Amino acid sequence: MKKNIINLLTILLTAAATNFCRAQNEIQIENTINVLGQTKPIPVALDGFTGEAAEVLKFDLYVQGFSFVSPEAAQYLIHGSDAGGVTGTVTDKFAHKMILSRSYNGASTRRQAHAFADDIVKTTTALKPIGQSKIAFKSQPSSVGAGEIYVADFDGFGAQSVTSDATIVAKPAWVPGRLALYYTSYARGNPDIFYHSLSSGQRRVIAGYSGLNTSAAVSPDGSKVAMILSKSGSPNVWVCNADGSNLKRLTTGLEDSSPCWSPDGNWICFATKKAERRRLAKIPAGGGAVQYLNTTGAANPTEPDWSPDGKWIAFTRMAGDFDICVMPADGSLPPTVLVAGQNPSWSPNSRTLVYNRGGNGHQTLSVLDVFTKQSKDCRRATGSNSQPAWAR
Amino acid sequence: MKMNKIVFPLALALAATLATTGCKHGFNKVTPLPGQRAAQVGDTGGSGTIPPAQTIDNGGLPTTTIPSTPGNIPTTTDINLDDYNQDRAALAAYTVHFKFDSAVVQDKEQANIASVGQALTGDASAKLLIEGHCDERGTEEYNRSLGERRALALREALAKNGIDPMRIKTISYGKDKPADPGHDEAAWAKNRRGEFVLLHHK
Repeated sequence: MKKNIINLLTILLTAAATNFCRAQNEIQIENTINVLGQTKPIPVALDGFTGEAAEVLKFDLYVQGFSFVSPEAAQYLIHGSDAGGVTGTVTDKFAHKMILSRSYNGASTRRQAHAFADDIVKTTTALKPIGQSKIAFKSQPSSVGAGEIYVADFDGFGAQSVTSDATIVAKPAWVPGRLALYYTSYARGNPDIFYHSLSSGQRRVIAGYSGLNTSAAVSPDGSKVAMILSKSGSPNVWVCNADGSNLKRLTTGLEDSSPCWSPDGNWICFATKKAERRRLAKIPAGGGAVQYLNTTGAANPTEPDWSPDGKWIAFTRMAGDFDICVMPADGSLPPTVLVAGQNPSWSPNSRTLVYNRGGNGHQTLSVLDVFTKQSKDCRRATGSNSQPAWAR
Repeated sequence: MKMNKIVFPLALALAATLATTGCKHGFNKVTPLPGQRAAQVGDTGGSGTIPPAQTIDNGGLPTTTIPSTPGNIPTTTDINLDDYNQDRAALAAYTVHFKFDSAVVQDKEQANIASVGQALTGDASAKLLIEGHCDERGTEEYNRSLGERRALALREALAKNGIDPMRIKTISYGKDKPADPGHDEAAWAKNRRGEFVLLHHK
């Protein structure tokens, strides 16, 4: 009897899932099974847009898992114009109906096209769109040495410098939901962590201890900052309040780097060394025992970033070159190696990563849809761009 | 039929879960940056004022006992680099090199440590800055930690030679200041290093 109930439950749940997907349409059924790097893109036909509007739409949709095909092969037909403001419609070919019709007049053609891309994504998927989101990153004239912190649209356009110190800078981190950054700067002759309000332009040092102060990561509620300090004699993970007060040491190893937060704020994941092996580990944010993560198949893991939905941890493996890897945060599957690159940072919708790539020379920012493995390079600010952080 | 009453809400819950997958953590609307045409964000008075150097916490410095395990001498020091002239030439011959991905001071480097120690012993007013550097084969922040660990390992080695670690400040440059800009093993071997800079009070 019990078995029968379970069977019936399974059938009904499957039916519910299938019906939901069918409502979306046939092809969506495949897309609900998201396999890292192997998911099929959603085929769309794009028509009527020119120049910048067409470029923006193609970029935004491509890095959110859409592909561009002929109208015959498309699931959705996207039609419109950018003459005197972006106007567009989306038709679901399977449901035989128009599911979106909008026009935009504000700001620039670029912004309007991002807004239309956002509405297309919202209408056709369960994703929160990213078209109007921001990134911060580090830009250097050369691939080493002095640089500045920049902010830009997620596709690299509209880049503006935040600093102008002509010194080494590193690892910008956004305060969630705020126009404010933490970053590392050698402006005072030492790697110190600064808090910088983008609204007022004011900044201050929140960690300027003797030795290393770097790799700030802000807790999801914005109240705490995790970072690397060497003040006790080795680079370890420390946590303090947003203003630098209430400092507490979390780890005691010889060489830790790159802390990041779990989205519930309970854990801090970081790169460390154990028995001469590079490992990823996590520790309760309030302190406690270190748990080592299983990253079998991905040698020398560094730079973890926990997805905002809590499901994934992206990181960089160092095996001669650098590769972007993603694994389930619960360790249920081994890591998947996706593309060559480093410094992965999750988008607010946990589907896309911004990272940098480019061997030993100048680095280029790039955006990657982890499920379809579709990626595109961002517009270059100047020189070498790296350590991107997606505002979320 | 009775079963449906239990299962149906479950099915609804599943459908709802599917519908919201991927957007559990909502993204706050991005407010347009102020001063879009300005060269810099918030460019009302430069990029912000740098406050004067903070007072450094001097608590807990071991002055007599040197821990035998590495990584345990606090970086605490009263050295403010603004107060010192940096002599980069004096100890340039004693630059120490490291193995790949290692912060262990090799035995063959002990002579260099001894030479630096003698220079500090011979000039009681001098202080020391140790710069830790890496090759380009690690990621940026990983190398910043490795470079600091290398500088700290050298500081610990000098402490074992009788030098007060409070006289020594460390700084990591990660892979940002290579000695050799090349991309081969010969260049990498030169770049995995610790440099000693003698500090004389202004």
